[in-house]
Parts: sequence; C-alpha cells; structure tokens
Amino acid sequence: MSHRFAIVGLTAAAIVCFSAIAFNQAVRVPGAEYDGDFPNEKPGPAPRRDLTGIWEPARGPGDAIQATGAKNMPDSGRPEHALPFTPEGLKANLANRPAWGPRMVASALSNDPQPTCEPQGWPRIILHNYRTAQILQTPKQVLILYQFNRKWRNIWTDGRANPKVDDFLEPRFWGYTVGRWQDDYTFVAESVGMDERTWLDNVGRPHSWEARVEERYVRRDAKHIDVTLTINDPTYYSKPWVALDRLPLRLQQDTFDIREMECSPSEFARYQKEFAEPAAGVQK
Amino acid sequence: MKYALTAFIVTLGILAGSASMIAHHGAATFDTGKELVMEATVTEWVWSNPHCFLKFDAKDPNGTVRSWTVETSNPPDMVNRGWTRRSFKAGDQVKVTVEPVKSGNPVGRLLMATFADGRILSTRGPATQGGSEAAPR
Repeated sequence: MSHRFAIVGLTAAAIVCFSAIAFNQAVRVPGAEYDGDFPNEKPGPAPRRDLTGIWEPARGPGDAIQATGAKNMPDSGRPEHALPFTPEGLKANLANRPAWGPRMVASALSNDPQPTCEPQGWPRIILHNYRTAQILQTPKQVLILYQFNRKWRNIWTDGRANPKVDDFLEPRFWGYTVGRWQDDYTFVAESVGMDERTWLDNVGRPHSWEARVEERYVRRDAKHIDVTLTINDPTYYSKPWVALDRLPLRLQQDTFDIREMECSPSEFARYQKEFAEPAAGVQK
Repeated sequence: MKYALTAFIVTLGILAGSASMIAHHGAATFDTGKELVMEATVTEWVWSNPHCFLKFDAKDPNGTVRSWTVETSNPPDMVNRGWTRRSFKAGDQVKVTVEPVKSGNPVGRLLMATFADGRILSTRGPATQGGSEAAPR
C-alpha cells in the first residue's frame, strides 16, 4: 500500500515539476532571462553591498504573482497557513471582502481598495504582484522601481531611525523605511507607518497602525538576490509571520526595458461597467 | 480507482492554480469548469488594464444572437503569451472557448480563440500555430 502512495506522490510531484517547467518555458516576459535558461550556470561571486540592477523572479514571471495571498502564507484553508490573528486582527480580517480565496466575493462586490487604482501600498505590491523591479543605490538611499502600477519606494540608508509611530505621524501608503547592511551581502530594511486602509495581500489580510515590515535581501551570487519579508504586527497577529521566504530574483541585462503596467481609472471604470458588474449580476 | 481520482484531483488543483495566473480580479463569479464553445463575430477587442476583454456576437442554442463580453488578463501578461492589441479586429470570425459566469449573463472568461486560418490564441500558455505573432492586423 505504501509504495502505491509513493507512486501517487511521485506522479503528482512529476506533474507539478513538469507544469512548472512547461510554464517557465512557455510563458515569459519577452527579453527576460530565467534560471531555466541556464541549466549549467555557475554564477560568479556576489558583489559587495550591491543590489543595483533590473530584477525578475528567477523561476518565471508568475512565480511571485499571488492572487490567493502571500506566497508563503496563502489563504489556502490549510492549518500550516493559518495566520496567528489576535481577536482584533480577526475582526479586521473579516471586514475585508476579497475577490480571491475562500472568502471571495464577486469582484464588483469586493471592498478591495487596489483595483480601483487606489495605491496598493507596502508590502502588498510584492505580496500580490511582484514583477520586474529595478533597484538603484545612492550614498543615502536604496530606491526600488516596481513595474506593477509603476510605483517606487525609497529606503533611507543614511543612518536615520524610523519615525516614532504615534498619533502625530502622517500615515503613508508606502510607509517609512530605513535600511542597513547587516553584512556585505545582506541588506535589511524595516518599514513603519503604513496606512491602515491598505491590505497586506490580495486576500485582504489586514495590518494595524503598529505594523512593522522587515524585508531582507541576500545577495547570493552575481546573478541572484533572495528576498524574505516578515510581518510583525502584535496588534493584529500574536507573533511575526514570514510572508515571503527567500524568493529568488534574477539579474537581467542592463538593457532590459521594463514594460509599462499602469492602473488607469478610466480603463478600470470601463472594465467595471462592461465586465465586472454584469459578471456579478449587478443591476445599475 | 482511488489513486486515479487522487491524480485527477491533483491535476485539477494545478489547473486551478494556472487559472489563478490569468485573472487577478476575482474568480467568484465564474462557473468554474464549465466551458462554452461558440462561433463568434468580433465586435471589439479592448486592450486595457486591469484586464483586456473581447466583445463579440454569437448565437445561443435557440438561434438568438447575444452580445458577449469575456475577459483575459492584463496587457503585459497577454504579451507574455503572444497576444497583442491587434490580435482581433471587428468582424473577425473566431471560434471561442469561454468559461461563463454563474449569473447567466453573456459574460465570462476567454480560454481560447481559434481563427479561420487555424491560428490559436490561448490564455493559459503561449500562442500556437503562429499565434498573434503573425503580421499585425
């Protein structure tokens, strides 16, 4: 009996692997390079304190597009993905009506703030739609330009501390972020002050005013960065949780042109009127 | 049989995962798994965010012409699959495979389009048999 289970497991694993390989071979951003293109590659050593370049998910363009929630904690209904909500966090979660996941409603009935071209904010932009990104460094900042909705963030590296999170702090959709090199190949940043209207991911996981988000970039070698993102929000979650665990990004050619992906309110309005509302049976 | 069923469920799960790649504005409205194949006359191909959508007329089983609107994914994702803003023009005759919505309205998700010359565009993979990489129309 046990070997039958093994056969089934191996078959499933083969299907999954084949699908992943087939996907990566078939669907790709034109002009981009993926790890699958270089099966025998031995990248050179990582440069010291350097994240600059144009970066694409190394395993394929869909590796970090997560409709059903944070990549490493999707809203799957499985026990290992259950978030450690506090009672207050659970209440906030239930108030959000996502268009994906076990609690999904028709998109026209969702209160998801993002599709209407409202700012998606930090960290949802990479927990939902981590696409091509370009990283620039100046002596005092790390700047990240994201393809999705053409957004950018700045991470201060001039030694300042993050502002105190209190009633006087102005909320920001993208938060306040400072970063530092933990060693020559590990850059760690922390964000505070994210506007509470934003969701953490595409299935409506909430965050409170006290949330802190840590992003960790490990320059593994000349071609890769591994990105880890941790949510620390004691008001809504009883312990920190890892939303993104060592997601590999691959360095692209410096001539790679990032295509435009913009949220247009007029295009969204037409989509809503001609597709989403009839799809949901909404009468107006 | 039990194991075949398990493999089938696994495969369905993978397909569901693939489907999640192409529609990020919700899946609750779709009659998941149901597919309609129709002979369509294209009225408009809308290349826009958050999702592109195709408008066409097609006869229902009673012979009544209905005007459909079916979505795909966003422009960058469709480019990754070989589609362009000129993949269709008004008047094109195409066979479309659609996953309809539950409401009964003529709305759904476009899964595949087959042109009279045999070209196929799929929302779940790259263009095949020339796809939209043929001369822009």
